[in-house]
Amino acid sequence: MTDLTSPFSQVPAGLPRRAFLRVAGASAATAGLVLAGCGKTDTPPVVNSNILYLGSTSTSAADVDAGLLNYFFLLKQLEAAFYQRVVDALPTDLPPAERAFFSDLRDHELVHRETLRYALGNRAYDAAAAQPLPFDFSSLTLTTRAGVLAAAQQLEDLGVAAYAGALRLVRTPDLVALVAKMSSVEARHAALLRDLRTPGSFAGDDVVVNAGVLQSVSLAKTPAQVIAEAKAFFLPIVVSTDLLPTA
Amino acid sequence: MNFFKIIEQLAEVDPDVLGRFDSRRAVFQSLGTLAKRAALATTPVLLGSMFQKAYAGTNADSPIDILNYALTLELLEADFYRKFVEAGRIPAGAPTMAIAQIRKHEDSHVALLTNVIRALNGTPVTGVTFKRSFFNSLDTYEAQLQVAQILEDTGVRAYKGRAAELTGTPDMNIPGIGIVNLLTAALQIHSVEARHAAHIRYMRNQKPWVSNDDDVRTNPAYTGATPESNVMQAGYDLTRDLGTMYSAADVAAAFDEPLTPAEVLDMSRAGGLVG
Repeated sequence: MTDLTSPFSQVPAGLPRRAFLRVAGASAATAGLVLAGCGKTDTPPVVNSNILYLGSTSTSAADVDAGLLNYFFLLKQLEAAFYQRVVDALPTDLPPAERAFFSDLRDHELVHRETLRYALGNRAYDAAAAQPLPFDFSSLTLTTRAGVLAAAQQLEDLGVAAYAGALRLVRTPDLVALVAKMSSVEARHAALLRDLRTPGSFAGDDVVVNAGVLQSVSLAKTPAQVIAEAKAFFLPIVVSTDLLPTA
Repeated sequence: MNFFKIIEQLAEVDPDVLGRFDSRRAVFQSLGTLAKRAALATTPVLLGSMFQKAYAGTNADSPIDILNYALTLELLEADFYRKFVEAGRIPAGAPTMAIAQIRKHEDSHVALLTNVIRALNGTPVTGVTFKRSFFNSLDTYEAQLQVAQILEDTGVRAYKGRAAELTGTPDMNIPGIGIVNLLTAALQIHSVEARHAAHIRYMRNQKPWVSNDDDVRTNPAYTGATPESNVMQAGYDLTRDLGTMYSAADVAAAFDEPLTPAEVLDMSRAGGLVG
């Protein structure tokens, strides 16, 4: 990774001490250019790794919530970038009606992403970065309808499970309310994509629990589970949820 | 079971916590008696009901009230789908399969909420039915399916209207069910309702999300103090204040909005369908 492709290579010095997120420099070349919040001095720590830590060691409600909001923000960035990529080069076998859906999906995710970015303000993990985190979609097949629908469904189902699994960790009721407004639209997206891919699969057994006492509820996944499933998209950056709360 | 730590943490945010119990001594005595009666695994539930008692009378509704509100709507939906299926107008094949699956989910939600309320020593709501005379006036499959859409979209808005009240609810170990976080469970049901709504909309050739193009956009289910056409989020007018301009239609569609219990139970909305 060169400085040119590192989103964090232009980080200005003097970030606020309480910034909640640390982004380690991308390589030896960028070591020292670290978004580093937790240090007590103005000298950022030098970390030679590609780790993006969501969250912080602070347990104040504001810092915990900022970490979780950044987690949601990162997922929205991922989805928005994905749909932009799809809309920029639509598969030739995608019928016109479905093309319009993808345009709507892109717009919704952009609106979500920007809403979270504004809600975070200078607490957005990349607030001081010169360019947004690039995502790696090389694991996906984006040249065919089947490939695009499969990938979109994967991302939307993951998003639905992510909101259901992480909102219990958020401390501020207003933030729970805000994210819940997006989470049901995410579920609508997921249902549509599943129906386009396999008619009638809007609430398939792989995403809505179909056995046991907690039945007919959608899956809920922890931040660690979600990031593990999405890790290929962040490469070469490794996203860590170690500093997010688990309870 | 770190009861003392819980009290300590509660005291940090609510210095009156101990005052809310009959007396400090009563708290520990009651814990002792309860602990003798119950296996350790059930203690969190008993604690939950103790806290509930301690906080009763404060402005916030108890979790049981919120769960009973959700159960009321689930009973209404479950009875609607029962009548929908029994009316026999659903086309064979994909529509029949979809409605059967949705109905099964609503029946499960009723069972789940009922069990959780019982486990929390509450009294589950029963006997909520979809108004027969109104159902009988729906004399086509299309009319019945339209009501299904309105019910599901209302359900999404209703859960959303109360989710924030469950912020910070601790995990509970509910006998026969396991570890449950009430906010997580509510959100898990909420997103299933949203999947239902999207599918029924798709069956009706409507957009899967609430849209200004909806054929039923003027139905009261989509209005309210925060209508579905809302474009203000987190203090921003999203059509104006973000870096890029977004259309009001896109912004409104990107968010589902809450309904308050009073709004949901109003006669113009779900309240008028009960009977």
